[in-house]
Amino acid sequence: MTPFTTLTGIAAPMPLVNIDTDMIIPKQFLKTIQRSGLGKNLFDEMRYTQDGAEIPGFVLNQPAYRHAEILIAGDNFGCGSSREHAPWALLDFGIRCVISTSFADIFYNNCFKNGILPIVLPQDVVDVLMADAQKGANARVTVDLAAQTVTTSDGQSFAFDLDSHRKHCLLNGLDDIGLTLEKAAAIDSYEAKATMTRPWV
Amino acid sequence: MTAPRTLYDKIWDDHVVHQAEDGTCLLYIDRHLVHEVTSPQAFEGLRMTGRRVRAPEKTIAVPDHNVPTTLDRANAATMTEDSRVQVEALDKNARDFGINYYPVSDVRQGIVHIVGPEQGWTLPGMTVVCGDSHTATHGAFGALAHGIGTSEVEHVLATQTLIQRKGRNMKVEITGSLMPGVTAKDITLSVIGATGTAGGTGYVIEYCGQAIRELSMEGRMTVCNMAIEGGARAGLIAPDETTFAYCMGRPHAPKGAKWEAAVAYWKTLFSDEGAHWDKVVTLKGEDIAPVVTWGTSPEDVLPISGVVPAPSDFIGGKVEAAQRSLDYMGLTPGMKLTDIAIDTVFIGSCTNGRIEDLRAAAAILKGKKIAVKRAMVVPGSGLVRAQAEEEGLAQIFIDAGFEWRLAGCSMCLAMNPDQLQPGERCAATSNRNFEGRQGRGGRTHLLSPAMAAAAAITGHLTDVREMMSQTA
Repeated sequence: MTPFTTLTGIAAPMPLVNIDTDMIIPKQFLKTIQRSGLGKNLFDEMRYTQDGAEIPGFVLNQPAYRHAEILIAGDNFGCGSSREHAPWALLDFGIRCVISTSFADIFYNNCFKNGILPIVLPQDVVDVLMADAQKGANARVTVDLAAQTVTTSDGQSFAFDLDSHRKHCLLNGLDDIGLTLEKAAAIDSYEAKATMTRPWV
Repeated sequence: MTAPRTLYDKIWDDHVVHQAEDGTCLLYIDRHLVHEVTSPQAFEGLRMTGRRVRAPEKTIAVPDHNVPTTLDRANAATMTEDSRVQVEALDKNARDFGINYYPVSDVRQGIVHIVGPEQGWTLPGMTVVCGDSHTATHGAFGALAHGIGTSEVEHVLATQTLIQRKGRNMKVEITGSLMPGVTAKDITLSVIGATGTAGGTGYVIEYCGQAIRELSMEGRMTVCNMAIEGGARAGLIAPDETTFAYCMGRPHAPKGAKWEAAVAYWKTLFSDEGAHWDKVVTLKGEDIAPVVTWGTSPEDVLPISGVVPAPSDFIGGKVEAAQRSLDYMGLTPGMKLTDIAIDTVFIGSCTNGRIEDLRAAAAILKGKKIAVKRAMVVPGSGLVRAQAEEEGLAQIFIDAGFEWRLAGCSMCLAMNPDQLQPGERCAATSNRNFEGRQGRGGRTHLLSPAMAAAAAITGHLTDVREMMSQTA
């Protein structure tokens, strides 16, 4: 996994609330057996007409936001299914950070497994960032994971919370499975004990 | 004396393998369910790193999302190339890694969340995960069950554990009894209507109260299934005699002395008096009406006697979202819900594809004909299908004009050929009414199986209670 340290990039505004994973990546694109290549179908039904033409009004089709690396989104972003294809599609498009007032749990978790940083901030701060993002390509937002700050194009800085384990893994691009396998002895002893206490499992 | 604990606290405590100083836990997973859509990249990851499946005997796979539900599906040509590749990848992965497997040709095949309980893989007090958000279903047994992403699928395959932080405790109590014509689906939709789709974010919900206790296991699974639609990763119901009776004798349930020991343990799985709740929501069972959704979020719930709302009825970001929903759904504020004409009826899914759901729909449909363009019943598993045929339900559906399909996820998420056309309006017993969920441009109204049957007969959304008084 690519480490996430700092990111300065274009932020695209998507104020709609409850953007679900079916919107992020519709089911017809879940038939892949790979992780890559989903970026072209990110937000497919909002982004393209039925015959594949771009819908000019959609934010990521506008010249200012075609190279966005950050999304500023409405509340409850990523609700719905557990499909990790949603963060895969965001990443493949080039989005490495999403900022909202809240995220659905599974989506939030999936982001960290893919080097994407989801940031939760209060409504008044998200409003400021949304207004900043609406300025277009000249408004570049800076995210500093080590310092846990988001800074707008005009220098306003906001701190965000993040649990220390996730921060550590993201900063260092660590593979969870490798870390867990270091605890194999603890898993072995748990299994041995559980076999005694709950032998029917 | 230990402090009073919730059911969630107890199951959590019994599965902690390791706790780090910052509170991050390694949680042991008792059952890992796998399907073809969210697993290929995980198995590929194992191959690339030379890792094995740590506990293949606790890993159960079944193809469900992609599989055609038409009677000719044994013919591979009924599947699109990419769907076939995913199903064949699961066949191969199950074989190569030696996990339990129910292939398409097996009568026990079906939707993973229906197969798990049916075969006795899901039992009280377990931790159950699957790369599917509706894993919450298994919480009906008093199991801690939730969806995970593909990276976590790989993590569980390799380590039989998950890295987790504990969620908060939320109690949803449904007091009293349900009125006639009101079902588990109406409970779970009404709760989401009350709390919103993000109301449960960060929580594990325990459903309790008399109306929950009075539900069958099938009804409890319907309730827990949609916990995720309220934002909660998991929903739980404390196990009781109803649970034990359902589990007893299932192929993978314990037998003999192990059964006795299991039941003794399961009887300790309840929230202690005085346990701490971070959030409590209470609904009166008597107040719950048959409901339908009008919009494109499961929180867009109203009693069938209601009217389509206006964006101005909402505040904040929901104003724009409501306008977008109305445009997408082709509805006008003030319109009576019962005036909404339906093209298609879909009965099935992990929410409502069990035998009791088919019985409820068949009871309304008996001797009637459909007035919609198409209607289909997709049983949740091959065994549900067989039982419905034995009970004569299949014939009732067929006589009414329904298509009687083979088991799978089908039109709930429309990954197989069962899809809505743009503008086509569907009364569906499934769980999500998102834009494009059942097919691009398709319009979904979520409701109970009995309500779906009523809509099939009249051709518009209908209060099933009126139909019940007719037949009474």
